[in-house]
Amino acid sequence: MSNTAYIYDAVRTPRSRGKMGAGALSEVKPIDLLAGLLNGLRDRHSLDTSLVDDVVMGCVMPVGEQGGCMPKTALAKAGWDESVPAFQLDRFCASGLEAVNLGAMKIASGWEELVVSGGVESMSRVPMGSNGGAWGEDPQTAFDTGFIPQGVSADLIAAIEGFSRTQLDEFAVRSQERAAAAREAGFFDKSVLPVKDLNGFTILAKDDFIKPGTTVESLSALKPSFQMHGSLGFDDVAISKYPQVSKIEHVHHAGNSSGVVDGASAVLIGSKAAGEKIGLKPRARIVATAVTSTESTIMLTGPGPATFKALQKAGMTIDDIDLVEINEAFASVALRFQKDTQFPWEKINVNGGAIAMGHPLGATGGMLIGTVLDELERRDLKTGLVTLCVGGGMGIATIIERV
Amino acid sequence: MTGTFNYEKDADNIVTVTMDMSGPVNAMNEEYVKLMGETVDRLEAEKDSVAGVVLTSAKGTFFAGGDIKSMLTIQPGDDVKNMYDMNLVIKGQLRRLEKLGKPVVAAINGAALGGGYEICLACHHRVALDSKAVQVGLPEVSLGLLPGGGGVVRLVNKLGAERAIMPLLEGTRFNAQKALQNNLVEELATDADDMIAKAKAWIKANPEACNPWDVKGYKIPGGNITRPNISQMIQGASPMLFQKTRGLIPAAVKILDVVSSALRVDFDTAQIMETRAFVSLLTEPTAKNLMTFFLQMNQVNGGGSRPKGIEKSKVKKVGVLGAGMMGQGIAYVSAMAGIEVVLKDISQEAADKGKAYTENLLNKRVEKGRMDADKAAGVLSLITATADADALQGCDLIIEAVFENVDLKHNITKELEPKLAENGVWGSNTSTLPITLLAEPSIKPENFIGIHFFSPVDKMPLVEIIVGEKTSDETLARAFDYSQQIRKTPIVVNDSRGFFTSRVFATYIDEGALLIEEGVDPVVIENLGKAVGMPVGPLAVQDEVSQQLTVKANETNMELDKRLGHEFAKDNAGYRLAKKMMDNDRAGRFHGGGYYDYPQGGEKTLWPEIYNWFYNKDVSLPVQDVKDRLLFRQIVESLRCYEEGVMNTVADANIGSIMGIGFPPHTGGVLQYINSYGVKAFANRLAELAEKYGERFAVPQVLADKAEKGELFM
Repeated sequence: MSNTAYIYDAVRTPRSRGKMGAGALSEVKPIDLLAGLLNGLRDRHSLDTSLVDDVVMGCVMPVGEQGGCMPKTALAKAGWDESVPAFQLDRFCASGLEAVNLGAMKIASGWEELVVSGGVESMSRVPMGSNGGAWGEDPQTAFDTGFIPQGVSADLIAAIEGFSRTQLDEFAVRSQERAAAAREAGFFDKSVLPVKDLNGFTILAKDDFIKPGTTVESLSALKPSFQMHGSLGFDDVAISKYPQVSKIEHVHHAGNSSGVVDGASAVLIGSKAAGEKIGLKPRARIVATAVTSTESTIMLTGPGPATFKALQKAGMTIDDIDLVEINEAFASVALRFQKDTQFPWEKINVNGGAIAMGHPLGATGGMLIGTVLDELERRDLKTGLVTLCVGGGMGIATIIERV
Repeated sequence: MTGTFNYEKDADNIVTVTMDMSGPVNAMNEEYVKLMGETVDRLEAEKDSVAGVVLTSAKGTFFAGGDIKSMLTIQPGDDVKNMYDMNLVIKGQLRRLEKLGKPVVAAINGAALGGGYEICLACHHRVALDSKAVQVGLPEVSLGLLPGGGGVVRLVNKLGAERAIMPLLEGTRFNAQKALQNNLVEELATDADDMIAKAKAWIKANPEACNPWDVKGYKIPGGNITRPNISQMIQGASPMLFQKTRGLIPAAVKILDVVSSALRVDFDTAQIMETRAFVSLLTEPTAKNLMTFFLQMNQVNGGGSRPKGIEKSKVKKVGVLGAGMMGQGIAYVSAMAGIEVVLKDISQEAADKGKAYTENLLNKRVEKGRMDADKAAGVLSLITATADADALQGCDLIIEAVFENVDLKHNITKELEPKLAENGVWGSNTSTLPITLLAEPSIKPENFIGIHFFSPVDKMPLVEIIVGEKTSDETLARAFDYSQQIRKTPIVVNDSRGFFTSRVFATYIDEGALLIEEGVDPVVIENLGKAVGMPVGPLAVQDEVSQQLTVKANETNMELDKRLGHEFAKDNAGYRLAKKMMDNDRAGRFHGGGYYDYPQGGEKTLWPEIYNWFYNKDVSLPVQDVKDRLLFRQIVESLRCYEEGVMNTVADANIGSIMGIGFPPHTGGVLQYINSYGVKAFANRLAELAEKYGERFAVPQVLADKAEKGELFM
């Protein structure tokens, strides 16, 4: 590769419940969520925005308030230099990390010097499903490809792997404990920029979705979320592809699945020369990226294969990785990833994950880059890997290394 | 604090809450928060024994809204945070009242504007007195604010976007009948007893009332933002608003934005968004300016510049001399106010033509259904068109509106002043000639005064009263009263050359002409004139008043200089170009064209020849410089008038500039604009412009002094 893509900074908004009227950020327009974060990034580095070659933002529901190439509008509203272009991309839950990877490729290719990557998702204002899509809505397509909802896929993984509800709930509790401890200790403070209103009043300064004190007992009261979907016939669709499964236990629920939240992320990626121009020292380099796909009905098993693909490109083995952030879309996804890679649990999601803090679809990948980088620095470790399961069976992974 | 919200329960368990705050009106202040808080607490505590609530007022008005004087003092920072907190408390109280679970009816006995109507909206039903005293609406936009007490959100939820949007963006005030027609109130009552009876009857008929938006599944009338026609309407409203406000009124945009949010998010979330937008406006310069304008209008119309201790007078019979454009307009507005008018010209034919102007305007009103034919006939019959001087006998006011010529005016004064009734007032409608000079032949110069009307008289809301050296206070008071009788706003100026408005107005035309001479593209000049908020560009306005008039006024001033030994008239670009245009048969819009061609039935287009005179494609001035030059020239001239004592109050200068010469309303007027710009910053900017463009921008002493002392123009 001719050029190295460096990470100069990674920031995010706090996350809050993605339900209109119930979440602190539901009163914030997605355009303001993104514009506010971008200006937070700009202001903390006195960034000359005219030096930015592109802004790449993940957004999984790019319709309504998030439609119409919203990131470009956000730049205009934020008052960035008019020469800066922007766009959004959608690779389901990988969108935010895909934005980072694409940004890295723009730099690595030598064709661009400075890119802001990340994502935005107001799940309260543009709820999941707002954008439709042929996979679920077009009957012939759904039949031909064995479409089932992700929650049923997550339950299918558990059924195949024999993960019990208790195992999954224990994982969820650990996510809560770790996230609460990390927030308490201020580990997120460096990179979480408060969301402010037009008067400069703070609307939300810290993640408020975390539920400290969660126990396996308290979770045991929660009803399965995907039982109804399964009994509608999706279980039968799943079993037709996985005949070894006799019955799908619906073990995922609101407490061991990722939270529906609002939030945005932004990662400043650039060449060495760009860093010198803007007067910043690189915090890490992007070593390798990978995207792959697995079978689409089980859908959520991509992280393992994506990880191995990235490691292979980097000429590394899993033992070279110090910390991993796997997106906790569902507890079974993390468990399956761990089983696939045999990576030690104590180095996975050390500050909790999306079960505790939420998964603002298009923004999550960028958030995880910041989370792993902050923690590598705090522990003075070197190499981190971020991976997410992705709709359609895809998986994505990125390896970064502190410099 | 002696105010109360009187709480009285009747035999049917209906509580009547009568708002009676300590001030002259009920207003949204700390006292209100306390009283409303106590009232809601009590209603909640006694809920089980309450059948419903009637909310009414002990004052002549129902409720007056926010306290403008205190809002004017709000500074960025803590003040805004305090307002935010207080606003949420106010909203919280109204929300509790609304969700009491018992019917709450507003019995609107008088004006309920702004905060007052927002309280009404939080009730479940509104009964208004069918009286002239009742006005309802949300006029906040005219103060540069938005209805922050839930008004935007509730009106949208109540009426739907299509019907709520104009009252909100235009700040429409509705009388009782119109309020009923437009669903702002649900019932009208003939008198106070009927009002309370109807309110109580509704409570009995609706024992479990709640507002529709609190019913699960409520749909906003016409649909929310997901309806294509609604989202298109919101999209279309933005450019319409820009066209109307040139983007100079942030409050209007924020109102539209909150309307859009109310159509997108849930009720309580929309309320928070409304609050954030509301408090953000409190420190906006435009809000300060428009609030100041409101107070200064009250000051001016309340007789701030009228001499004290003189009994209010009324004109019964007015003589108007000269039935030209001004005279016929003065006759019309006088007759409309019920005054008997003698419209005199040198020939019966000319006088008849002047009266026909009124007939024509009245016919249009009748056609539009704004006046019935009998009333119109009555108004017309008040005007006597004549060439006979004797018809003027007994006029208590004669207004002379003949050509701007000293000798002519002198002769007319000599000839007709004796026709005045005992102690009658002689008014001269002049825009340039000194009143003291015109009064020379008068036998009663203390009764001689300038009454400067603006064209077209029936539309322009201002009158500039000019006090001559010998004019008495009583005469001034009577001219002032006459102006108000014909529903104009009077400002009072002293007898200085050019008075106030003409002097300031001329600088706009002059600066436009200077820019032309410098080679700037006329299109740029015109567009930037509009961009700063002037009604039209300086070239278009020159065409309107006519190059002929500009030349005439300048030449009159030169003659006056000779006659009086003054050095007032100076060579200026406005005059030079007007003369050059006249030499090319371009004497103005109504003389076959000026800077523009005016094709019949088509839009005006720039006269191509103008590009051959000075235009230089290589000349490119900074946009901000051009804008500031066009606006600030007028301000500098106003400052000079102010320091020369041409007008006595800042309010007269501000109001006069906005209502007389179209100075942009969002500025609050020529002097208020300096306050909101920052007095020192403005002085610095003037110094920059003086350095770059010449001494005409030199900082006047009065400004330098104010900047030095850190004082405002108040």
